[in-house]
Amino acid sequence: MSYQGHQVRVGADIGGTFTDVVLEAGPRQFSIKLLTNYSEPEQAIIDGLVKITDKAGINIEDVDQLIHGTTLATNALIEQRGAKTAFITTEGFRDVIEMRTEGRFEQYDLNLSLPPPLVSREHRYPVAGRIAATGRELIALDEVALEDIAAKILETGYTSIAIGFIHSYVNDAHEKRAREIISRLIADVSISISCEVSPQMREFERFNTVCANAFVKPLMASYLGRLVDRLNSVGAKCPVFMIHSGGGLISIESAIEFPVRLLESGPAGGAIYAADFAARYGLDRVLSYDMGGTTAKICLIENRTPKTARTFEVARTYRFKKGSGMPISIPVIEMVEIGAGGGSIGWVDELQQIRVGPESAGSEPGPACYDQGGEHPTVTDADLLLGRLDKDNFAGGDIKLSLEKSVAALESEIGNKLEVNAEMAAIGICEVVDENMANAARVHAVESGKELADFTMIAFGGAAPLHASHLCEKLNIESILIPPGAGVGSAIGFLRAPFGFEAVRGAFLKLSAFDPDWTNALIRELSSEAEKFARAGTPEGELNREVKAYMRYEGQGWEIVVNLPNRDFVDGDDEQIRCLFEDEYRRLFGRSLPGLDIEVMNWSVQASSPLAVVEPVTRVSKTTTLETDTRRDIFDAREQKFVAAGVFERESMEAGSEVNGPAIIVEDETTTIVTSGFRATMQTDRCLLVQRKTGVSNAN
Amino acid sequence: MQTKGISSVHMQVMWNRLISVVEEQALTLLRTAFSTSVREAGDLSAGVFDENGLMMAQAVTGTPGHVNAMAEAVGHFIEDIGRDNILEGDSYITNDPWKGTGHLHDFTFVNPSFRNGRLVGYFASTAHVVDVGGRGFGPDANEIYEEGIYIPIMKFAERGEVDMRLIHILRYNVREADQVIGDLYSLSSCNDIGHRRLMDMMDEFGLDDLNELRDFIFSNSLRATLDKLKKLPGGTYDNELTVDGYDKSVTMKVRLDVSEQQVLADFEGTSGLSAKGINVPLVYTTAYACYALKCTLAPTIPNNHASLEPFKVSAPVNCILNAVHPAPVAIRHVLGQFLPDLVLGALHKMLPDTVPAEGSSALWNLQLGARPIEGAEAAQGEQLRQSQILMFNSGGTGARPSLDGLSATAFPSGVHTMSSEVIEQVGPITVWRKELREGSGGAGRQRGGLGQIIEISANPGHRIYINAMFDRCDNPASGRDGGRHGAPGNVSLNDGSAMQSKGKQWIPDGKHLVLKLPGGGGYGEPAERDRALVEQDLIRGYISEDDAKEIYLRESPE
Repeated sequence: MSYQGHQVRVGADIGGTFTDVVLEAGPRQFSIKLLTNYSEPEQAIIDGLVKITDKAGINIEDVDQLIHGTTLATNALIEQRGAKTAFITTEGFRDVIEMRTEGRFEQYDLNLSLPPPLVSREHRYPVAGRIAATGRELIALDEVALEDIAAKILETGYTSIAIGFIHSYVNDAHEKRAREIISRLIADVSISISCEVSPQMREFERFNTVCANAFVKPLMASYLGRLVDRLNSVGAKCPVFMIHSGGGLISIESAIEFPVRLLESGPAGGAIYAADFAARYGLDRVLSYDMGGTTAKICLIENRTPKTARTFEVARTYRFKKGSGMPISIPVIEMVEIGAGGGSIGWVDELQQIRVGPESAGSEPGPACYDQGGEHPTVTDADLLLGRLDKDNFAGGDIKLSLEKSVAALESEIGNKLEVNAEMAAIGICEVVDENMANAARVHAVESGKELADFTMIAFGGAAPLHASHLCEKLNIESILIPPGAGVGSAIGFLRAPFGFEAVRGAFLKLSAFDPDWTNALIRELSSEAEKFARAGTPEGELNREVKAYMRYEGQGWEIVVNLPNRDFVDGDDEQIRCLFEDEYRRLFGRSLPGLDIEVMNWSVQASSPLAVVEPVTRVSKTTTLETDTRRDIFDAREQKFVAAGVFERESMEAGSEVNGPAIIVEDETTTIVTSGFRATMQTDRCLLVQRKTGVSNAN
Repeated sequence: MQTKGISSVHMQVMWNRLISVVEEQALTLLRTAFSTSVREAGDLSAGVFDENGLMMAQAVTGTPGHVNAMAEAVGHFIEDIGRDNILEGDSYITNDPWKGTGHLHDFTFVNPSFRNGRLVGYFASTAHVVDVGGRGFGPDANEIYEEGIYIPIMKFAERGEVDMRLIHILRYNVREADQVIGDLYSLSSCNDIGHRRLMDMMDEFGLDDLNELRDFIFSNSLRATLDKLKKLPGGTYDNELTVDGYDKSVTMKVRLDVSEQQVLADFEGTSGLSAKGINVPLVYTTAYACYALKCTLAPTIPNNHASLEPFKVSAPVNCILNAVHPAPVAIRHVLGQFLPDLVLGALHKMLPDTVPAEGSSALWNLQLGARPIEGAEAAQGEQLRQSQILMFNSGGTGARPSLDGLSATAFPSGVHTMSSEVIEQVGPITVWRKELREGSGGAGRQRGGLGQIIEISANPGHRIYINAMFDRCDNPASGRDGGRHGAPGNVSLNDGSAMQSKGKQWIPDGKHLVLKLPGGGGYGEPAERDRALVEQDLIRGYISEDDAKEIYLRESPE
């Protein structure tokens, strides 16, 4: 193992289109992109591993760790392609996952369809037995009925079982007993129980989460099993770790048991990638901005740590609209995803307004300018027309772009409808897509009680560097960091992730009845659960521990997350907890409310290995200003006109060399647009630091 | 053309920004509100207005009940406060049902927005508060005076200084005073947040006033709306609908006069006032009638003064849909939520194959009070406590021309239900059952949505009462074009004995309350239903074997 004294680590990210593999050995880093193999996803990893070790001149046996993230679980949920699953639940609550919130996520659509439940009604088996909110048993579990259900399960041929009972997060006895009975009667069936998968209060979210886990479990178990076998067969002896939605690493065994934790692990890698650069540059407040072909993702990173939440939604069915997907209550790096990517299609609505997305031309047929039959104008077509892309030099010259096709699409779908020329249509598309992204970032910041003006943006993904400068003009952000290798950001991020796990539990406490012993016991339990997972990759050494409580004033319906001190509580600590809550409440909402009791609904403990000590990057200022005679006209949105921009090659820029906007910095994977209000300085680690010129105001 | 193009793109971007400003204003309110109906049901509203009080943008929230009630409110505020008396830092308040949104529980706040000392517009917000005193939330009052404290339009704050005398009076007149007063501050401060975001936007785009933007929004909205109306077959279309009412049934009638310029909904012929609080002020009638019209005719055009302008509503004074002071109006939402069924039925005559069949429509809000029984003991590890609980529950929606109705889903209201686990944590009750009501969807080529069954009891040592306000028990949701009606609602105890569908009632000790919520009406002849779907409904238990045989498969065309 290892190579020349360095640990050899490989990150592998299976996405919808590409499988990215990155190898790192000390200071050396190699990356490779392969097309995703849909029938045998593991094959692309094996191929990638063989190629990349070859490229690096390292033997496969010398690889020390493989860190893997995949969208397979997410796709299985989106396409409703999973195991034949039975759901055993509390009598009287058979339809919780079908009735959802009883609301409609779109108020004005008479023909709205709600997402179908993961497990349809005939596969949901109610059983008598009831636990009260306090954990008291109201009705004993009907074990005879469970035996009948087991018989039906055998007869029907279910391959995965989910069990979810009311209030199991307080008292898990019935769920565990039910598992015991079923597994005694049926050998080799995969069982998921809600008190283990997601012991949080709120039955719709918890039941849906346990069903999702059961639904993807056999698929993921067989995939991960095959992956390990194939790795062995090509001589790789390294352990495999999986990145989870919360941005930490877990063992492959935990991943097989709780595959729902693997959802959204690719985007999580992107956020960690950005967090790592934030650490190197000593940036405490960062907005990570990842724009690819179909969507843009935005995440807040403070003090090196991406913002997390305890629930999220996957498989949104209606224009990325909140509420149109299925809720999953597990800890996750919180991200806003909107339908704004290079392939997003521009169109005109009935108010004669230009709209962009969420429909995307994808990679097939792709934007009109790819000349593969795409007839809709996309953001990439607009960028081309506004001079931001070079038709002869796209993707390192691999794809020739057709300006004529872009013009034709822009004219027919937008220009003719609004009586403007193609150029104006392109300006409209870019302005609207930038505004959409700015808005998403703004709303996300507001929801988190933050002002973006003193944040630094870290932009990556193929389309982000094209739009970052103008986005920052809209958001009043002063500086942008554009790291190198941004095309495989998530896979690199995997290599920076800590071994860590967040355990969350629903447990109701009124602060006026604070009981330090009860609280300490609960936190100890959560700590040991979190540490068990984290220890899989770091058997020794200190673990960081973070304790959080989800709190609200009595009578409210929305909890805010409050960081609690990491120590044993004693009598009288309720006063400190109250102060911590009120500080956070004031920060979010401007004022606290005297005279009201406070409730805690959920608790969480995160245990993680300390993040690797990063080598700080010393920012370099300008040593030389680069000039060029190669110029292209680009449209400048702030000045509202075309301006001549110098064209520079990123590769030929040395640390300290600076270009003044308007400028275009090209590389194979992307193009960075520096608008007239900004200048870009190359840093020693090949990052571009794009900063607002002094004295340039923001106003349009 | 070049300049016009750019300025039009900019106007569009600013319009979108303005909508996001009011969405943010609404979100702030949602997160800080105490009232269950605000936070779970989105029973709130937020909007921005021009300097004349005309609405430029409104947040899309959970309740259509505020659609244009709010649009009209700001005009009343300007008139009652008086232009000369409108000062920077002011904040105005009312819960006047006729100048706000239809009952005392809704407080509306208006804050003027000044830029460089000059009035440029207003922000308004409305939210349903936990309590306003009086009898408590329910239908039982005989006059508005019994329904709670009534605050006319006045200053909540002048130049940033809150009127503590008003707060003092309120504190002594409502239950849960801390929460109510907390909500009032939230309303005022969400308007401030709207104002701050507007100033950021005006800085970014270099605006001194909103006039040009307002003209752009209004002319585009009006044109787009009129474009829709021009395509309609004009004429007169009518419909009527009978629902349970408080103690006697209520018949509502509508006549739509549709022309290229406007759609007028007139409610002549509707039943007179009820003696109890199910009466509806005209502002609220207007809101729900317009919601039905907009959903069908112009669903994607944002709400503002100009896009609502072509939709007019009238009703005779003191018919039940135009109740005037001092009629009791506390639960005006029950009839209000039937207005879309009424109006959609008329629209169906103009536009066949477009609108859904009737649905359960009025929410089955379960307002429940729990009291400790004197001398009794709570269960081990539990405390005796007094508690008010509000649960939102929905029956089935009507089937659509090409889609089944939605089961246990709110329409026209946009509320969400609450988690039974959370309800049991905060109140001393047990929810024994909350699941789909089999066989309750009206049969049809497209089936109506299923209702649901809810069963609840008090925890040991407690007794509970309900303020019932349930409808469609005697008048189920009708089907359309041969579709059958949905199952009627039913209120009873678990021993089978019947309960009233309206009014305050105690649940006898040891008994469970059982609510069977109505199903939605079907669409088209049941015999025309796809056999595979009938089969699937049967397997899933949505319909019974008898229904399958006797209704769906009996006169099968094949």
